[in-house]
Amino acid sequence: MRLQVEARLRLGTFAIDAAFGSQAGVTALFGRSGSGKTSLVNIIAGLLRPDHGRIMLDGDVIADSKRRLFTPAHRRRFGYVFQEARLFPHLSVRGNLGYGRWFAGATGSGEEFGRIVAMLGIGHLLDRMPATLSGGERQRVAIGRALLAAPRLLLMDEPLAALDDARKAEILPYLERLRDETRIPIVYVSHSVAEVARLAERVVVMENGRVKASGKTAAVLSAPSPTYETDRRDAGALIVGVVESHDEGHELTNVRAGECLIRVPHLIAEQGQSLRLYVAGRDVMLATRRPEDISALNVLPGRIVSLSPPRQGSVDVRVDCGGNVIAARITTLSREALDLQPGKQVHAIIKTVALDY
Amino acid sequence: MDLLALTEAEWTAVRLSLRVATVAMLASLPFALLVSMILARGQFWGKSLLNGLVHMPLILPPVVTGFALLLLFGRRGPVGAFLAENFGLVFSFRWTGAALACAVMGFPLMVRSIRLSIEAVDRKLEDAAATLGASPAWIFLTVTLPLILPGILAGMVLSFAKAMGEFGATITFVSNIPGETQTLSAAIYTFTQVPGGDAGAMRLAAISVIISMAALMLSEAMAAAAARRTVAA
Repeated sequence: MRLQVEARLRLGTFAIDAAFGSQAGVTALFGRSGSGKTSLVNIIAGLLRPDHGRIMLDGDVIADSKRRLFTPAHRRRFGYVFQEARLFPHLSVRGNLGYGRWFAGATGSGEEFGRIVAMLGIGHLLDRMPATLSGGERQRVAIGRALLAAPRLLLMDEPLAALDDARKAEILPYLERLRDETRIPIVYVSHSVAEVARLAERVVVMENGRVKASGKTAAVLSAPSPTYETDRRDAGALIVGVVESHDEGHELTNVRAGECLIRVPHLIAEQGQSLRLYVAGRDVMLATRRPEDISALNVLPGRIVSLSPPRQGSVDVRVDCGGNVIAARITTLSREALDLQPGKQVHAIIKTVALDY
Repeated sequence: MDLLALTEAEWTAVRLSLRVATVAMLASLPFALLVSMILARGQFWGKSLLNGLVHMPLILPPVVTGFALLLLFGRRGPVGAFLAENFGLVFSFRWTGAALACAVMGFPLMVRSIRLSIEAVDRKLEDAAATLGASPAWIFLTVTLPLILPGILAGMVLSFAKAMGEFGATITFVSNIPGETQTLSAAIYTFTQVPGGDAGAMRLAAISVIISMAALMLSEAMAAAAARRTVAA
């Protein structure tokens, strides 16, 4: 599966001029609000017509302005999960789920229906009307509705943005299952580093309607000088680990990443499942000696790799902790007080609750 | 003689009125739907002109509308002569003419109601339907139409109620012929013009009050349902 997008579109004073390619798995379109992510996804879906551009999926030309070719949205078979669920208010959950399925010629068997309903945990909602569902339930139904239309590609425009943290935590595992259990490529729009880090294999960073950077998630998000200026506040590093065990009594999940064992809140993911954690630099403390009697559960010994030039009174310190590079944001005052230099042995301290999503 | 019992002639007027109003309502529905869609969604030069034209019967004195119909749809009128020759459809001094007059008078009410409900539809739902594989025609049938159905029903009820009460345009266009064009309102008018007609006028007036009230209440209930259902989830 390979998606190639090139599009130029002028919308009033704002212009989109972007090109990117994506492979199977999740590709995140990442950038602050107003950077043109949603417009770009609408162009891919066929809801917006670009002035110039070309969209190809697996060598199949979906739209090409040079050849005056434009496949209308309803013939593209691109699933779309919107920021608001956009469920049809006059149809029950079952009717909503069946809508796209019917237009797809109901190719999927009843087995497919049952499998997707089970994966999203919406079996008990089938006879309810959308108005009676919670935000998280609506969004799960919307995802199911898009999947049951048997899409060739799934577009998701900030599907979690309208939800509170508890609902986000409720839906994220379903999105991870979706990524791992279906073979449908996903273009996932988000402005949240944490979401992108957890879900996406590749990231396309958008700024002012243009592609600023793109590449593997770990490389883009952990780059020493963040290529994305989106939110310096959110700058940090990505850790890839495997779920090793659960502490059911305390509702914690232990994630093994290299030599480190990191405790993450909530009982998330199955044992053995690979998990990506995004650790924001502002959530990491550094200590030159191992602290004792401290509530933070993750104290990782490591060695300083590099220090960024100071910006607005703070520096980003990159620490290699048993094969994982963690970024810590500290003040220049702390750097001087602790005399932090590349090569120095330190302990990186991460509060477990800071790793909540 | 029982004060509440209607005479045969009075019954004829009631039945005729119901038939005229029903035909007027059903015949104008497709046109109203089309015009509402154009006014709600279209962007074209002359849109306000069309809007004004649709609303004319609401503002003009009904006699003027009736006179205009007489000129256009009368035996010698350009449209009337054409329809009579090609389709055998004659309006002048027939109950069909009464239905036409009622349809024209109720048209702006029906269009207003349907147009408002179309404008209340969240177009994002139609986009969502498109991404699920529905063509524009299917989107209209499966999303737009169900969502505006309460508005359509409310518009039909209003048009029906207007037709039941229509007097000026009808009597100008097709006169007041018992059994052919004498609707409820015309019959009441006739009763008030003859000595001792008060009892008959009263009975018919009571019937018209009941029918109009029922129609209005039904319309209100449907408008409320429309407001509830077009809110996107």
